[in-house]
Amino acid sequence: MKELTASELARRVLHLVVSLFILLTVTFVIGRVLPADPVGAIVGELADPAAYEAMRARLGLDLPIYRQFVIYLQGLFRGDFGQAILTGNSVASDMLQAFPATFELATLAIIISAVVGVPLGLAAALFRDSFVDKFARVVALVGHSIPVFWFGIVGLVIFYAALDWVGGPGRIDVFYEGMVEPVTGMLLVDSLLAGETEIFWNALSHIILPAAILAYMAMAYITRMTRSFTLEQLSQDYVIAARAKGAGPARTVTHHVLPNIAVQLITVLAISYGNLLEGAVVTEIVFSWPGIGQYMTNALMIGDMNAVLAATIIVGFVFMLLNFIADIAYAILDPRTREAAR
Amino acid sequence: MSDAIRTDSEMLQSPGLTERMLSALRRAAGKLAEEPLGLAGFAIIGLLLLVAAFAPLIAPYDPTAQSLSNALQPPSLAHLAGTDEFGRDIFSRLLYGSRITIQTIFFVSIIVGPIGLVIGVVSGFFGGRTDAILMRATDIVLSFPSLILALAFAAALGASLSTAIIAISLTAWPPIARLARAEALVVRNADYVAAARLYGASRLRILFLYIAPMCIPSVIVRLTLNMAGIILTAASLGFLGLGAQPPAPEWGAMISSGRKFMLDFWWVAVMPGIAILLTSLAFNIVGDTLRDIMDPRHARS
Repeated sequence: MKELTASELARRVLHLVVSLFILLTVTFVIGRVLPADPVGAIVGELADPAAYEAMRARLGLDLPIYRQFVIYLQGLFRGDFGQAILTGNSVASDMLQAFPATFELATLAIIISAVVGVPLGLAAALFRDSFVDKFARVVALVGHSIPVFWFGIVGLVIFYAALDWVGGPGRIDVFYEGMVEPVTGMLLVDSLLAGETEIFWNALSHIILPAAILAYMAMAYITRMTRSFTLEQLSQDYVIAARAKGAGPARTVTHHVLPNIAVQLITVLAISYGNLLEGAVVTEIVFSWPGIGQYMTNALMIGDMNAVLAATIIVGFVFMLLNFIADIAYAILDPRTREAAR
Repeated sequence: MSDAIRTDSEMLQSPGLTERMLSALRRAAGKLAEEPLGLAGFAIIGLLLLVAAFAPLIAPYDPTAQSLSNALQPPSLAHLAGTDEFGRDIFSRLLYGSRITIQTIFFVSIIVGPIGLVIGVVSGFFGGRTDAILMRATDIVLSFPSLILALAFAAALGASLSTAIIAISLTAWPPIARLARAEALVVRNADYVAAARLYGASRLRILFLYIAPMCIPSVIVRLTLNMAGIILTAASLGFLGLGAQPPAPEWGAMISSGRKFMLDFWWVAVMPGIAILLTSLAFNIVGDTLRDIMDPRHARS
């Protein structure tokens, strides 16, 4: 019954494509239909009617709306997001510049949150109602309630201004700016490639606080889900059998529980990663982090809709892609769904 | 099946909607007495409502009165939370700001609740192709990054409290719709619905008078669970300058303006964050407690 998995895959891909199409429709509506007078916004209120009409034609606004939509889509597929007002570059090249900074931040954050959150969730489930469990519950509850941008400010006030343990806002000290060759655009990787350990440590001191704060938000969810997955497994017969044969709690977890919840955990991590990208948008502003989030907000301030919508599409696409990967990983990796498909 | 039976026996007594909700509340209140944390959450929300209602009476200062000679004073007895860059009393501004928070929650709830309820109930009741299309749409909106989309909407419509409310509502209805659908699926097979159909009630009549009311209590619980998220999204929009505009004492916007002096005058940015944290913490606790109380499966474990 291999066709079943193939058709299931096709269904998921179709879902992704439809979602993406709707995202593009929504951004089109936001960008072209909602603003009352996009031409006036560019030429100014006092422009003479001829100049106004010329600009209207140049923007393609005299065409029927469906033609405009097709042209818009064609542009996007060529990777053309229009010009950015703020930088004067094409939005696409600005995005390429900004993306590695966001990617580096979100990736370090998801690593930290998995390394801390999964063991905490396991411990909370193993020692239910103990101190660890209560601690994990408080950590998760506060993580779901705290405004991330405010948490960043508090972190800066304590760890940068008062204690001076970490670097301040920005990706690196001004002194080191532009001293490594951008290869991947990720400073931690680039500085190591160039063998500049001093720059690496400086970049690390800058990224560690925003990454830790983002990681905490993701950890709230990861810990809670790990705990409930583990609790579900612990009541299964095979765990009781393992215990009866004399396996201790540590062995039960590493040899029996973890392999069984690994697939669910991957799904949770993929979803958290998507949420992290969103959280990064507001966090970046607090830390003057030159990523997509800061780019988007700067564009917002001056009403540069091309740039705002491009950022919306990119983050939205990555977000959907991660959801898609989470779904697929589930179907591919879970032996139970494999069994059912066969 | 057991769900349908339970619903039937409840409906045999045919109590009105308000009466049913009251008895559910009474039962819930009994269980709540055993949950100190949940009680604390309710107390904070109650306090927030009181503060919002009586802000002019409680606030020691006018929230917009500037006094430049008094700018950026640290917290003291005269100014419990210090003063901001215009010498305005931050504590008074926080008290008034609760009104904006309550307003946001209220309007998002009355927009999202009915929309989610109607979409979910229609989907569950009619089934078939209607159900497939509506649920696919719900799934798609669920897979959107809500904050980013709200940002883009607010940017296109112009920054104000009402656009923030609309922007949040646009992406906040899917969880409600899913829940209402699940409820409708259970209720639509109940005998009293069959009886109504037999004596000739139209489909719309059955939908809105017999099925939708049964789904309202769980929709309300779900809304409470979502409040914390709504508060945080609203604060993020305010922080980005896309919510209520200055000089309105919106908590997120207050953090944003305090950010400029955060390293020297920490209280300007930190105090409003504590208000946001406390409020969304309270809603999270209340939501968890309500779910534990309402869902017997949860309570037993």
